[in-house]
Formats: sequence, C-alpha cells, structure tokens
Amino acid sequence: MQLFRNLLATPWIWSFIGALVVWLAAITFTGGHGAGGMITAALSLAVFTVIVGLGQMFVITLGPGNVDLSLPANIGLASAVAMKTMNGDDNMIVAGLVAALACGAVIGLVNYALIRVLRIPPIIATLSSSFIILSTDIHYGRGLQIKPPQGFADFANVQILGFPILALFGVALAMVAWVALQRMVYGRSVLAIGQNLRAAKLAGIPVERVRLLTYTLSGALGGINGALLAGYFRGASVDIGNEYLLSSIAVVVIGGTSVAGGKANVPGIWGASLFLVLLLTMLNTFGVSAGLRLLLTGLIIVGVITAAGGHKTGR
Amino acid sequence: MNAATITQTPSRKSRNMGRLLRTILPALSMALILIAIAWLNPRAISYFGFNLMLNLAIPIALATVAQLFVITINELDLSIGTFVGFVGCVTATWLHDAPVMGVLVLLASIAVYAGLGALIHLRNLPSIVVTLGMSFVWQGLAILLLPKPGGAAPDWLKGFMGFQTPFVPFPILAAIAIGLVVHFGLMRSAYGTVLRGAGGNPQAIGRAGWSLLKTKVVMFALTGTFGVISGMALIGITTSADANIGNGYTLLSIAGVILGGGEFVGGRISPIGAVIGALTLALAASPLLTFMHIPPDWQVAANGVILITVLAARALISRKGA
Repeated sequence: MQLFRNLLATPWIWSFIGALVVWLAAITFTGGHGAGGMITAALSLAVFTVIVGLGQMFVITLGPGNVDLSLPANIGLASAVAMKTMNGDDNMIVAGLVAALACGAVIGLVNYALIRVLRIPPIIATLSSSFIILSTDIHYGRGLQIKPPQGFADFANVQILGFPILALFGVALAMVAWVALQRMVYGRSVLAIGQNLRAAKLAGIPVERVRLLTYTLSGALGGINGALLAGYFRGASVDIGNEYLLSSIAVVVIGGTSVAGGKANVPGIWGASLFLVLLLTMLNTFGVSAGLRLLLTGLIIVGVITAAGGHKTGR
Repeated sequence: MNAATITQTPSRKSRNMGRLLRTILPALSMALILIAIAWLNPRAISYFGFNLMLNLAIPIALATVAQLFVITINELDLSIGTFVGFVGCVTATWLHDAPVMGVLVLLASIAVYAGLGALIHLRNLPSIVVTLGMSFVWQGLAILLLPKPGGAAPDWLKGFMGFQTPFVPFPILAAIAIGLVVHFGLMRSAYGTVLRGAGGNPQAIGRAGWSLLKTKVVMFALTGTFGVISGMALIGITTSADANIGNGYTLLSIAGVILGGGEFVGGRISPIGAVIGALTLALAASPLLTFMHIPPDWQVAANGVILITVLAARALISRKGA
C-alpha cells in the first residue's frame, strides 16, 4: 500500500495513467482491433515530441520566463537543411544529420546571444529569432518538395520486434537526459539556477555558461528533430514543426516539470508525449471532424493542466 | 527584482534623459519607417495612401492592446490570434444572420476569458500553457463554425470600418482613439493603477486589501473584450471570414506591446506606445518591403529585425543611463 501511495505521489505517473486510459478508450471503441499497431504508431510519433520536449524541459527548468518559442521555426529550417544536404543521396545521410544538428545549435546560440546582449526576456528573444528563421526557411526551401534519400526514409520507419527504431533512440536520449540532469554537474547547475538564481550565482555556478549550453542544447535537439521528422514523413516543409510549439511546452508541464523552474522530470516527458499522441489517435478512431478534434484537444490539455497545476510559483 | 536594477544608481539627470529616450523610442522607430516609405514612394504619404497602408493596422492595434492587458499582470495570451479568428467567424456568420445570437456568443466568449483569468489565478497555472490550449479550442470552434472561408460581414460593420473621415484618414483617428482610451483607463484612473500594481507588486496590492483575483478577472475580461472588437474590426475590413484569419496576430500582438516600450514583468507598460508599436509593425511588414522591392518571403523576418533593432537601441540607452 505504501509503495502504491509512493507511486501515485510521483509527478510523472499521472501522464502514463492518462496515456493508458486514452489507449483503452480507443481500443474499446475499435473492439480490440489494432491495439498493438496503435502503440507502435504512438511510440514512433511520440519520439518527436520527446526530443523537443527534453530540450524545452531544460530551458523551462532554468526558471520563470525561460522558454524556447523558436522550436517550430527551428524544426522547419533544420528539416530543409537536412534534406538539401542529403540531396537524395544515401551517402550524405550522416552529413545531413550533422548539418541539421549544427543548424539547430547555431539557432540556439543566436537565441542566447539575443537574451544576453539585449538583456531581454527569453520569450521575446526566441520569438524575434523565430520570425527571422521562418523567413529564412521560406526563402531557402521555397517551392521545392525536398524528399529524403530512400535509405534515410527506410531507416526512420524501421521496427525492431515491433519497436520503432526511433522510439529506441528516444528512450536512449531520455536516459542520457536523466543522467545529465540528476548525476552531472551541468544538470544540477540547471536545477540550482531554476531554484534560486542569486544563490546559484553566489555558489559560484557559471550561470551564463549553463544558460548558453541549455539554449544551444534546445536548439540542437530541435535541429535533429527536424531532420528525423523529414525522414519519417518523407519530406521537409515549412510548417512541419508547427505543432511542436504547444506540444513541447505541454509535455513538459503535464509531465510534472515545474513551470516556475528548478524541478524537472524526465520520465514524465515520455508519459505526456504518449498521452498527447494517443489522445489524437483516440479522437481519430472516434472519427471526429478536424474542428472538433482541435476543440477537444484544447479542452483536454487545459483540463489536465488544471488538474495537475497548483504548484506555488515564485512569480 | 533583478540585481541590475538594484545596483545601478545613476545621476538623476542622465536617468531622466534615458527615460525620455525610452519613451520616445517607439515614436522614433515609427517615424524612421515613415521617412523610409516617404523617401521610397512619396505618393504613399497621402490621405489615400495612409488609408491603404494602415487598413489592417486597426485590428492589429486592437489585438495588441488586448495582449497589453494580460502582459500588465505578468501573464501572456498565446490564444489571442485564434480568438480573433473565432470572433471573425462568429461575426461573419451569426452576427450577420442572427444578430441577437451573435451578440450572446461574443459576450459568452468574453465571459470565458474572465473565467480563464480566475482559473489561472486560483490554480496558480502558467498562462502560457493554458492559453496555448485555449488557442486550439478557439481554432476548433472557428473551423466547426466556418469549415470553408466565407460568410459575410454585417452591413453596419462594413459601413463603419469603411468610413471616410475628412482630412485625416480613419485608421489614424481610430488608432489615436484606442491609444487614448486605454491610456486614460489604465494609466490615469485609480483602478487602473491598482491593475498595474497587481503586475508590479502583487503582494503589496493584496496586502492593501485589493482582490488579486478580481484584477486577474478584470484584465482577462478586458483582453477578451478587445479581442472581440479586433475580430469584428477585421471582418468589417475583409468583409468575409476564414478560420485561420487571425493566426498571425498572436505573435504580432506580443511584438507590438514590447516594441511600444512594455516590459514583460512588473506591470511596466505603455498603451500609447503599444498602439504605435502595432502601427510600426503593420507599416514595416508590407508597405515598406513592397516599396523596397523585397520579396514577401522576408515579411515575417522584417518584424523580427525591427523588434531586435528597437530592443538593441533600448538596451543601449539603458546601459548609457546606468
């Protein structure tokens, strides 16, 4: 009983319970058909939210006002950069991935530079840069349907024993993030800064270096996400990252990370991502129209946040 | 709050100079854009030219003011764009076909905004996430209401937005009116001071006996109200609606508030500056680029560049004043 109670008290368990409930609702509707396929599909799609969600989690943990609004534009541009670098050639896959990663990291660096040099809130800095990235992307990838090389598209859709290879990558990445957060100086510094900036400074933590790293990390994860998305959906486009503005922030909050900063939760990112993806799957199997699906998604997100919220913030 | 503001003790003269520069910075940036337009195309600086260039600036200015209210109390509304789109769809359908029903729906949507304010305060929720979720709700409702672009604006609304005022173009008069109304309401009235205080020092306002819940509800209701007016004004100009018509307004409205000298936390805002900021963005985004023969690809980037330039100028002024 005590164990059970402890489990219920962990902030991330609710997101997994939510995902389970939504999945059960969906397979009850289909009468058990496609239950496994639904999970496989959900795992593949959730990975993309997990990747950007992890980056966003580190940023949000830095404290109030820290958020990366440039992720959607970043993903769009990186997807185009990756596909153009690969140019349909299987030999260029690694080069394309590196290019996307570099593109995202540079965007993160620019974001940090704007925050530091102009001394403006990160929301405004990432917002301004996203305007410019978006235009760059429209100009750079205009009118071209940029397809991935066959080998890359196949790779992005490979499954090992029913597990999508991208999901395995996502789990590995989450583990790395967990170690970085809990066991490495970097992660502990991020948490300390989020809990009390002044105390962290006085304790001698190189606050600015940690912030620089965090924004670069978020950008780089956005970049790699763009490349993978373009591979999975067989093509880059300007609006490929649009949905990740809401979902990257939503999974962080639903997953039990404090918006006030200083408290992060890695497993919750996976739970919340699965929840969001399965929620959409459920609404699709119910056959609701596009308008109703948006309406319900919004209402459920607000409802879940309301139920999960109530942390005292420092603001 | 932050260490920089505590430690700097500049002489009063240089501080006043800095403050003056900061105050006129929004107007200065708009003047620069206007000069550039005048230089590139002198004919644009005319009654007809302004009517054309600032046509869409009024709904943007209204959405910016809507955003200003929530920013005053340290919140952010990421749903204002889709809300404007939803209001547009209601205006082009129900308000046209069944005015009573239309008015009721619009009033109810303002009540939803007020309710959100209460929810965010009582549950201590991050407004970014709540309003992001709401942006899906409004967009979903808009698509349900108007799956395909269409509908028609009520005639009285079209007539009002197309009004030809003598000598000074209607958009300019409207902008001045909006700026002044909000300025007096928020900066000069007694309760306006309390509302700003709720952003600047909520503890002090709470201890002085004012209800913080009420300030949040009032501010969110005001955001909803101006969102409704913005959506109606937009449909009065475009005469028909589309579920995605307002999507760009979310980012534009935040940019406008900041451009106009507003700060993100602490209740430091400037209503007149915000209106000027919105007009600057409207002017820079399309007329200036068209005259400079820059392809429309870079329209969005122009907003970003202006925002960064103005913020850089502001940072420079603050540093000199320090």
